Amino acid sequence: MKQYTIPALLALLLAVLVFVSMTGAMNVYWQSVLMFMGINIILSSSLNIINGNMGEFSCGHAGFMAVGAYVSSVLSVLLFAEGSVFGQALLPPHLAVFLFPFVLVAGGVAAALVGLLVAVPSFRTRGDYLAIITIAAAYIVKSTIENINAIGGARGFMGMSKVTAAMNTTAELPWMVIWVFLGTVFSVWLIRRFIFSTLGNGVNAVCQDEIAAEIMSVNTNQVKMTAFMVSCGLAGIAGALFAHVLGYVNPGSFTILKSTEVMVMVYLGGMGSLSGSVLSAILITLLMEALRPLQIIKWIVIPLLLVLLMQFRPEGIMGNRELSDIFPGLKKFYRLKG
Amino acid sequence: MALLEVKDMTQYFGGLCAVTDFSVTFAGGELMGLIGPNGAGKTTVFNLISGFYQPSCGDIVFKGTNTRGLKPNKVTGLGIARTFQNIRLWFDMSVLDNILVSQYYHLGYSLWDCFARSKRYLRREAEMRAWAMEILEALDLAQFADELPGNLPYGIQRRVEIARALSTKPDLLMLDEPAAGLNSSDVEGLIKLIAWIHKEFKLSIWMIEHQMDVVMSLCTWIKVIDFGATIAEGTPKEIRENPVVIKAYLGDDAI
Amino acid sequence: MLQSFIQNIFNALQWGSFYSLIALGYCLVYGVLLLINFAHGDIFMVGAYIAFYVCMLFLGKFGIIPGMPGWLVLALAVPLTMMLTAVVGVTLERVAYRPLRRKGVNRLYVVITALMCGLILEHANLALLGASRRSFPTLIPTTVYNIAGVNITNIKMGVILVAILAFFFLRFVVVKTKIGMAMRAISYDRFAVPLMGIPADSVIVFTFVLGSGFAGLAGLLFAVTYPVLDPYMGALIGWKAFIAAVVGGIGSIRGAFAGGFLLGFVEIMVVAFFPSTLRDLIAFTILLLILSVKPTGLFGVARRTKI
Repeated sequence: MKQYTIPALLALLLAVLVFVSMTGAMNVYWQSVLMFMGINIILSSSLNIINGNMGEFSCGHAGFMAVGAYVSSVLSVLLFAEGSVFGQALLPPHLAVFLFPFVLVAGGVAAALVGLLVAVPSFRTRGDYLAIITIAAAYIVKSTIENINAIGGARGFMGMSKVTAAMNTTAELPWMVIWVFLGTVFSVWLIRRFIFSTLGNGVNAVCQDEIAAEIMSVNTNQVKMTAFMVSCGLAGIAGALFAHVLGYVNPGSFTILKSTEVMVMVYLGGMGSLSGSVLSAILITLLMEALRPLQIIKWIVIPLLLVLLMQFRPEGIMGNRELSDIFPGLKKFYRLKG
Repeated sequence: MALLEVKDMTQYFGGLCAVTDFSVTFAGGELMGLIGPNGAGKTTVFNLISGFYQPSCGDIVFKGTNTRGLKPNKVTGLGIARTFQNIRLWFDMSVLDNILVSQYYHLGYSLWDCFARSKRYLRREAEMRAWAMEILEALDLAQFADELPGNLPYGIQRRVEIARALSTKPDLLMLDEPAAGLNSSDVEGLIKLIAWIHKEFKLSIWMIEHQMDVVMSLCTWIKVIDFGATIAEGTPKEIRENPVVIKAYLGDDAI
Repeated sequence: MLQSFIQNIFNALQWGSFYSLIALGYCLVYGVLLLINFAHGDIFMVGAYIAFYVCMLFLGKFGIIPGMPGWLVLALAVPLTMMLTAVVGVTLERVAYRPLRRKGVNRLYVVITALMCGLILEHANLALLGASRRSFPTLIPTTVYNIAGVNITNIKMGVILVAILAFFFLRFVVVKTKIGMAMRAISYDRFAVPLMGIPADSVIVFTFVLGSGFAGLAGLLFAVTYPVLDPYMGALIGWKAFIAAVVGGIGSIRGAFAGGFLLGFVEIMVVAFFPSTLRDLIAFTILLLILSVKPTGLFGVARRTKI
């Protein structure tokens, strides 16, 4: 019975969130903060696979987010929204709710495929070299989007708020809150299943000693490809959610600054620690909100935070441990392996 | 069909010839030694056969398959396992995890099985775990299963590395200086262990070693190389008395 | 046709000179510390701003010193900018990188610190000096020489000349001097070097002095050629110069130099045939392609791993 505690708690949390959003007990501002928190959790835990577990240095996570954001936005606007770019919606609005998960997944798949751009060079290079490849790849993505005028180029693309409105025709619920929540839970659940398996342990082995891994029968190329595709795919889903929460997306949101935000979360949480990534995503989201009035100072504080972290506590909050390592009592509530 | 047949394997690193025309045949079940002075190229031979380097010329045929061009993980999957001169365990993973990951080639489930925790995933994970524990128990390491290798004494770490290699179910086990850094009582234990593995697992063992008591007491056939070339081979008694070998190790004055 | 081709070659040489000067700095630090100094592009930006203030000061714009003639200001600005930028680079090294080196932490942490320091420099500039762009004063009137139908300005010639001189100077230092040998030794074995009586820290400081100094020089020249400054000018140029250095073969001075000019050529040629918005995109793509085919770069030598 104890194994069902966590799903029960999550269901309860979802119900509470939906209730306070609908009744207006929680205003729109806090709703959006919570949604960004969820999106940041997805970003941080997915980047942790590459930068934490695999020990690589990927600085281009924002690029994959952008792919997911744009692909899903174009798709959902094409299908469900009426606008100047695509004309009439292809499908009736009441289908929006049921097909939206597929739109999200489509964004994720597209991002995973673009992740191959970075995964393939990673077969032969490592470390600093891979860092520049990821930066270049992210820049190429952003630059490509800016040059496609059909979807708005540098000016951006909009229409997703109409999609959200379409969802309301089925039922008047705070749909984006629900989708972000489900997406976050799904991502963390997926990552947990991946990392806590022998397949996922291959990632740790590649990180700690790639040569030994290769000789001990691990197919390192396959491991890298899998890790990158899972990580980038989830970043794409985060991007898709991001675009639909805002209702508007433009390439300027997906710069090295965004990648840096995500990196701060990963290193603050602790490389390789899933619970760490979740915790630090929550903390950083709140910190960013607190610093919002101090626009430019924010971008001195966040990098400075990471610099200080590297100096004094490079292992971050959790090191490479999980919450269940610190509080063994939690182990009763879920199985770690299997 | 021979288990392993290496013919005229040669390796150049730039202008330097590290290994010249190396040939060896394993029928299956031998306990062979590979000795020679430092820098002779012994580890290079192991690296070539395990697929870490690709030979400049020559043939390596294992169980009928030509392994040239195969990646190391594939070669291990075919049945060649090795240990390393410097211990290369994964120090941030438990001993049990070290063994489990080495069975990657025979994982038997896909990423989707992993996500879904399908029946196949659960069955394979249980089987791999059972096999890993069996190996650990056989080598008297079961009590260390959840320990991090870094916390274990050096001699135990060496044994874990051997256990890890054994877990890949090899037909040929290559040990690179297994006795390096061990004190005399650990060396005695190692000799007993290798002899026991050879008998119990019925595989071929090929050993690089500098400590002559280990080589002479275990090996039935020894190859000697110096500067990349084979200078002698034979039974331990023959090698001990071979003047070329003595000269290579001790220099001209010793004769 | 030939004329415009030669014109493009000169533009490419000049454009590539900036990349080369910056790439040389990356190369020096990487060659010694095996560290990508991600903040280097922003040190270039800092150099440009330092040059701006130095020149404004000597031109009498602040009213502290009576104005001097343009050529004198330039002559004074070159060493001053290089020295002051070197100070910034060394400060970065002392404050951010050295403590981490002392602790012997994973190199990754130093790389992250470098990336963050770059961002801090950019935004500190933005916060302190505001978002408005600065306009660099004209020091020397531009003279255009027309040789066989090709237009070359004196400034362009100057930039190319400086880049070539810098290359020979740095190559001389690294290959022919004792301290250069020490720099190369540190890249092979940082721990053995102090044991041999070589003060590793001093050598590292010297490396940063050289690298940052030349980045400052590049900043000054860039400001003279393209007189608009903004805090983000270093970031993109820095990335591209670094990738160029890697394509040339990082750790090799020849490689960094060649890479910088190669990138210059690629960009000018791209702009000649494609819309200019595609310039960065195509440049990055070509660089990535070269890297995937030859990861060690054109002149780089792979270091073999022994197991």
